[in-house]
Amino acid sequence: MLHIVNKSPYERNSLTSCLAHAGKGGALILIEDAVYAATRGNVAESAIRRALGDLPVYALGPDLEARGMQGSVIDGVKVVDFGGFVELVAEHRTNQSWL
Amino acid sequence: MTQTSDRIGEDEDAPGVVKKFMFVNRKAPYGTIYALEGLEVVLISAAFDQDVSLAFLDDGVYQLVKGQQTKGLEVKNFSPTYRALEGYDVEKLYVEREALEARGIREDQLLVPVQVVSAAEMAELMEQQDLIVGF
Repeated sequence: MLHIVNKSPYERNSLTSCLAHAGKGGALILIEDAVYAATRGNVAESAIRRALGDLPVYALGPDLEARGMQGSVIDGVKVVDFGGFVELVAEHRTNQSWL
Repeated sequence: MTQTSDRIGEDEDAPGVVKKFMFVNRKAPYGTIYALEGLEVVLISAAFDQDVSLAFLDDGVYQLVKGQQTKGLEVKNFSPTYRALEGYDVEKLYVEREALEARGIREDQLLVPVQVVSAAEMAELMEQQDLIVGF
């Protein structure tokens, strides 16, 4: 299962809810305003670091760059481009968008 | 329609009433249209010679982060507009310290000179306004 989150962790509880349900063997990708959760010093940093022990965490590069946050990504979070996002969707049998 | 135009004409001759406008920005850029729309309204009100100030709190502080590159998203990078505000006599940009700290953002990461204020000081500034518009 690929989990897709697109909301800022300050704006909605989508990421918290997602992480409470994401099991091992799955993967998480942060896109749009959710990329802030992948940056150092943000409110979700410790939750992301914990999640990294259980599943791979990705962040969409073009969304990080648009927001000027490309230099602040938490170690262990992998940055992918749109092609990489498509590959992740194809690799997983199902995906779920936590809007 | 004609009446409206007449009234506008009269106002131009009369000494204009200057009101204190504050635009409160609380949303991150690009994920929603709020930040860009807010900026458009700021420019419009500045054109009417009003006393305009901008407040950035909550996720709104992300609007001012340096180094925004939107080529990959194929959307307009509107961050340079904040630097152009000075040319419209919009020079009062207030950023809430608590919002920066909660996001791990330092003042030197911001793309334009701002006044960093506490939440309490921000509340005081809000009290002084004639009109507050939130985005």
